[in-house]
Amino acid sequence: MSDADTLEALAKAGIPAPVKPLLTVEKLTRVYGKRIGCADVSFDLWPGEVLAIVGESGSGKTTLLNCISSRLTPTCGTVHYRMRDGVSADIYKMAEAERRYLMRTDWGFVHQNPIDGLRMTVSAGANVGERLMAVGNRHYGNIRGAAIEWLARVEIDEDRVDDQPRTFSGGMRQRLQIARNLVTEPRLVFMDEPTGGLDVSVQARLLDLLRGLVSDLGLAVVVVTHDLAVARLLSDRMIVMKEGRVIEAGLTDRVLDDPRAPYTQLLVSSILQV
Amino acid sequence: MYVAVKGGEAAIANAHRLLAARRRGDADVPGLTLDQIAGQLSLAVDRVMGEGSLYDPELAALAIKQARGDLIEAVFLLRAYRTTLPRFGHSEPVDTGAMLVERRISAVYKDLPGGQLLGPTFDYTHRLLDPELAGDEPLDAPEMAADTGERVIRVSDILGDEGLIEDDPATDASRPVADITRTPMEFPMERDARLQTLARGDEGFLLALAYSTQRGYARSHPFAGEIRIGEVDVEVMIPELGFAVVIGRVKLTECQMVNQFKGSTKAPPQFTRGYGLVFGQAERKAMAMSLCDRALRASELGEDIVAPAQDEEFVLSHCDNVQSTGFVEHLKLPHYVDFQAELDLVRRMRAEHFARTEGDTPADGAAREAAE
Amino acid sequence: MTAPMTETNTQNLASYNFAYLDEQTKRMIRRAILKGIAIPGYQVPFASREMPMPYGWGTGGVQVTAAIIGRDDVLKVIDQGADDTTNAVSIRAFFAKTAGVATTTATPDATIIQTRHRIPETPLHAGQVLVYQVPIPEPLRFLEPRETETRKMHALEEYGLMHVKLYEDIARNGRIATTYAYPVKVEGRYVMDPSPTPKFDNPKMHQSEALQLFGAGREKRIYAVPPHTNVVSLDFEDHPFEIQHFTEPCALCGAEQVYLDEVVLDDKGGRMFVCSDTHHCESRRAEGHRGALLGDEPVVEKEAAI
Repeated sequence: MSDADTLEALAKAGIPAPVKPLLTVEKLTRVYGKRIGCADVSFDLWPGEVLAIVGESGSGKTTLLNCISSRLTPTCGTVHYRMRDGVSADIYKMAEAERRYLMRTDWGFVHQNPIDGLRMTVSAGANVGERLMAVGNRHYGNIRGAAIEWLARVEIDEDRVDDQPRTFSGGMRQRLQIARNLVTEPRLVFMDEPTGGLDVSVQARLLDLLRGLVSDLGLAVVVVTHDLAVARLLSDRMIVMKEGRVIEAGLTDRVLDDPRAPYTQLLVSSILQV
Repeated sequence: MYVAVKGGEAAIANAHRLLAARRRGDADVPGLTLDQIAGQLSLAVDRVMGEGSLYDPELAALAIKQARGDLIEAVFLLRAYRTTLPRFGHSEPVDTGAMLVERRISAVYKDLPGGQLLGPTFDYTHRLLDPELAGDEPLDAPEMAADTGERVIRVSDILGDEGLIEDDPATDASRPVADITRTPMEFPMERDARLQTLARGDEGFLLALAYSTQRGYARSHPFAGEIRIGEVDVEVMIPELGFAVVIGRVKLTECQMVNQFKGSTKAPPQFTRGYGLVFGQAERKAMAMSLCDRALRASELGEDIVAPAQDEEFVLSHCDNVQSTGFVEHLKLPHYVDFQAELDLVRRMRAEHFARTEGDTPADGAAREAAE
Repeated sequence: MTAPMTETNTQNLASYNFAYLDEQTKRMIRRAILKGIAIPGYQVPFASREMPMPYGWGTGGVQVTAAIIGRDDVLKVIDQGADDTTNAVSIRAFFAKTAGVATTTATPDATIIQTRHRIPETPLHAGQVLVYQVPIPEPLRFLEPRETETRKMHALEEYGLMHVKLYEDIARNGRIATTYAYPVKVEGRYVMDPSPTPKFDNPKMHQSEALQLFGAGREKRIYAVPPHTNVVSLDFEDHPFEIQHFTEPCALCGAEQVYLDEVVLDDKGGRMFVCSDTHHCESRRAEGHRGALLGDEPVVEKEAAI
């Protein structure tokens, strides 16, 4: 993808062009024996930008997401992240402690299934407050206050703060998971099919909420989805994957309105005509 | 006035005297001899030797007598003695292929070199209580085949010659043999340490886990490839001599489970092994051990860990009955200091609860006043 | 194999080494202790031996004591603060028999104090060693059952989960509802389980003059708090750590600011509160302190029935 594309996208989103990308992925490859998970993927992600990775299941998009987010060690290739001090660091060369600290402060990860991203047996308040406590916040009242504030931002009533997520609906759980990730005001959030498994009406509400939060907070997001409507609503840019490789990349509107690769054309025509 | 009650040394000594009397039972009945226990309750002795991990039938018999027949207590006695013994080294791997088999059966071949040898088994007995055993009636002498001294080929070797079953895992000869009595447990655990832990693990615990694998909790499609019971030579390498010498013989039960395996990217389709080896005649234990061993190889073989029997930390941290019994039974010890702290908290929280809900506090206030 | 437990060896324990354990084992345990002292609060794995008493009954503490005890040491053993509880009596008798050392109930006279569930009320002094019996050394165990995971959490100092538990306590109960085995942070680094002592005793661990050693036999871990080490109980700024307070003094010696046991006097709700530290109570009474329920006659000591 060209820088020109990117700059155009940013201009469109009203964001002044930053000097340097937040995340730089180069030639990222992960193989399982002879099978390819993802191969030779490179892209830059700029601060405040939302990138969608789309493809059918088995296309390697989740493998790619896990490799970028340091949850799965790639076979080769690099991932550089620009830390808050402006220095770009290879996330696979960091000490484990530093990487894990990054993951729970400056990054977020929203799982498709909220059970994977929540502690189901502790209260909603503690779920949201955990990251604050992990970084040393030791004032119960402040932690609880922040939790209530974040619950409100994801449209969960204050009086549910002491309830366990077991008692929440699927949509509420997903919103709680999002609040839990955003409480430390990360700069980069990874999302794996964040609306998968939800009813259509619940999906729409969640997407609205996400869109608002992303623009309010200026979040950079890498979102994996098989749902082109999600990509259309959330992302500035998208890459299309097939059999582990990127077959098309560009501004979301351009890719969806004028798909170039035959596979993308097929994908778009099969879904958007509904 | 308050009279302090003390649980002192005299009380303990008294309790132990009573224990000794109860152990002996009716003095008009002759006391058990160790020979009787070792000779007539030999499967109990074998179990105590196995889980006590000390091969000494006489001491095991003594432990059973001292424990009043409580086998876990007997295992404990044997372990506590074993731990005081100096460790001189370890034996060479025993050659179970050269075992003088007393029993050898295979469920995977109808007939095979060396034959099916039933030996002294409960299998096919009808479980009818035998009133004659209440006495001491003379027995018909059993027929015994002459010992030919021939090697009885192991079923796993028959399969292995054809490449149908995985090889025994290659061992790194430069690495010292694990000794779970001398090094703390670490996870993931190597095969030698795992097998040692299972070999001294509680028969009942391993049996239940093995059973769970058969009922679908990590099913491994097992076949009893071979079970053999008999004596093997124990050899120790004497560095000064430069060769190994036989220092004695032990009776062992070996079980090799043969399990289906579809193959992986690294290995062709072939059968896999689950291995059990236990002191004495302990067939149920050896079979359970081999099923558990196979289940615990899940991650090595790239299988999903979905059931308790495959969970290494769960199985290996809880299979030792001396540890389990100690910790469960320690609840008998006084805990009143901690209980006091909890009492205090519960009372305060109840008081607050009632103050919130009804505006007054029943019961607690009254109890506190009465104490004063 | 010979049978050394019959005939010759039943008469005495002379065939066992001094303090039961062989010297090789003691060296191994001492190495673990030294490592523990060098890294305060860090749980050092050690090759715990099978002891002639059940796991969970103090095998860790006994091994630590056995590894450090010398012929000139004076040993005190308490359980629940009392010298005369059965397990304390039993462990004291074990060392009297296997090591032939002098024993005492007087806290100041002891060089080694092995304890279960309490820290003596009398402040410890330099040169003393307090040996704790520990059932579950891992403070994170009930939050995360996996050893592989908890070791990683310690290594990376990821202790957020510990505060999640305390947060839940407050959210549910309005206060931190942990009353014993209350987690502490040692020297600003490792979160440590102080063993199931009531939290009342936590402040005594902080900047103690004595060396504190912790042995967990079944779980095969040793850890240590060297003298003059910071031991801070975890809490929140707006819900600070606090110890239990008793509304009344000891009924026998009148002591305040000590930990009390509740004694049920009858089946009509009658209760009294007495010192859990029996030596402390006795020495106060010997000094003439009197509690409300102490009779005129000296307290009769009755042996418990079997």
